[in-house]
Amino acid sequence: MNAVAQILPRYVPLLLLAMAWEVVTRTGLVPTAALPPLDTVAAAWLDLAVGGDLWSNGVASISRGAAGLGLAICLGSLIGVLMAWYKPVRIAVNPTVQFFYPMPKSALIPVMVLWLGFGDASKVATIFIGCLLPITLSAFNGALGTEQVLIWSARSLGASRWRVLWEVVFPSALPELLSGIRTALALSFVLLVASELIVARRGLGYMIGWLGDGGAYDAMFAVVLTVALLGFLADRLYLMLTRRILAWRE
Amino acid sequence: MSSTAHIVIDRVSHEYRPARRRPVLALDDVSLAVGDREFLALLGPSGCGKSTLLYLVGGFLPVEEGTIQVEGRPVDGPGPDRGIVFQHFALFPWKTVIQNVLYGLEKKGLPREERLRVAHEFIELVGLAGFEDSYPAQLSGGMKQRAAIARTLTIDPSILLMDEPFGALDAQTRSLMQAELLRIWQRSRKTVIFVTHDVHEAVFLAERIAVMSARPGRIKEIVDARVDRHDPEVQRTPQFLEMVDHVWNLVRAEAIQAQRSGAA
Repeated sequence: MNAVAQILPRYVPLLLLAMAWEVVTRTGLVPTAALPPLDTVAAAWLDLAVGGDLWSNGVASISRGAAGLGLAICLGSLIGVLMAWYKPVRIAVNPTVQFFYPMPKSALIPVMVLWLGFGDASKVATIFIGCLLPITLSAFNGALGTEQVLIWSARSLGASRWRVLWEVVFPSALPELLSGIRTALALSFVLLVASELIVARRGLGYMIGWLGDGGAYDAMFAVVLTVALLGFLADRLYLMLTRRILAWRE
Repeated sequence: MSSTAHIVIDRVSHEYRPARRRPVLALDDVSLAVGDREFLALLGPSGCGKSTLLYLVGGFLPVEEGTIQVEGRPVDGPGPDRGIVFQHFALFPWKTVIQNVLYGLEKKGLPREERLRVAHEFIELVGLAGFEDSYPAQLSGGMKQRAAIARTLTIDPSILLMDEPFGALDAQTRSLMQAELLRIWQRSRKTVIFVTHDVHEAVFLAERIAVMSARPGRIKEIVDARVDRHDPEVQRTPQFLEMVDHVWNLVRAEAIQAQRSGAA
């Protein structure tokens, strides 16, 4: 209860923004066709929630995002650490990573649809590839920063080179890797909604597109706000987890 | 020095080859024998290659010219027979004190009970009882170095390599730690190579002092520095101060040269 009392005041500006939204739409300052009043948006949200559409599409989106991001975390951490540890891996992989890193990842969407079709696979693949690069690079940079004396200490205490990789290099890379994953988490939402908007049969992005095309703007805004809320909650949850894992930094 | 040599360094030279710069000769034709259970200090100005020599003995750097033998076998990579303590402690920051101290014991494959018993014994020995569950970030410099020494001692190396271990500590902590190290050394009787640029520290701790020249590092002179370390007031005796003076005169010229060449 105490924690809630501490955190709530921080979000007062958000509440003011919501009130401003209600005021400008109710007074006709902004036409309701462009921005439906917040209470009708809320009512539309309730309809979608009760009808079940929000849940089924939400679950579809979240599982796509989780699968793509999860795969990217596993593979990206591994590739990044190996790039730092083995020069041949770095020489082989680095040019590809450098070349594709600045590319807008949304350009992948039509390519993935062409290769993998309209279903889940193309969305998961888009998110996976988009998130892979920032995670790989952060793992690589973090692992490169491993202190030489820590590696030497572990070796002289009897650790093999493989053990050192897992027990020294990986934990040394962790702070930077975790911040790279946070960037990837935000990116995964962008790619998720974008890929579902373009071609999909399910998902929150698909709902936004379909509701917008049908002129149900209050419902469309309800879904947009749902995506925003999900992104916010995922980020907060992730930050809490990071603080837990890095508790030793004090 | 005891009759048997534990470590034999024979005509070792070492060159650093930094990327896109001229190679630097760090060690030039260094020969040195360290006796079994001897406490030897490597003393010299900054950049004279004394740490490089230590890393070569530790097996962290490859021996490219000359040979280094430990117990008659050439050094080939790091090993648990040579424990090392670094200036900046090199504790694993994500592990607590007890987890750090347990690290080497886990590699030895001892049963869990035994590992914990040994770890607690060494934590006790260095005076860190009660701090087992602290992370290094929560400890003072002196406590970190105690933890690092405990971690190294658990694997019971016959050789202790110390790279300016007290260089990052404040003066009071340093002198406490020096006395502590002597106490531990007298109990466990290991061969010690102790790198320092502190003349006073070298004279107080070591049986012999190898004074090194400024870059490229060579052994300039080896000084017998036996002082009565059982005497708590030894650092104030004229004999001790004379020894410090003598060694300081040997190092002085080198320190000045090191400063001129910009190595310091």
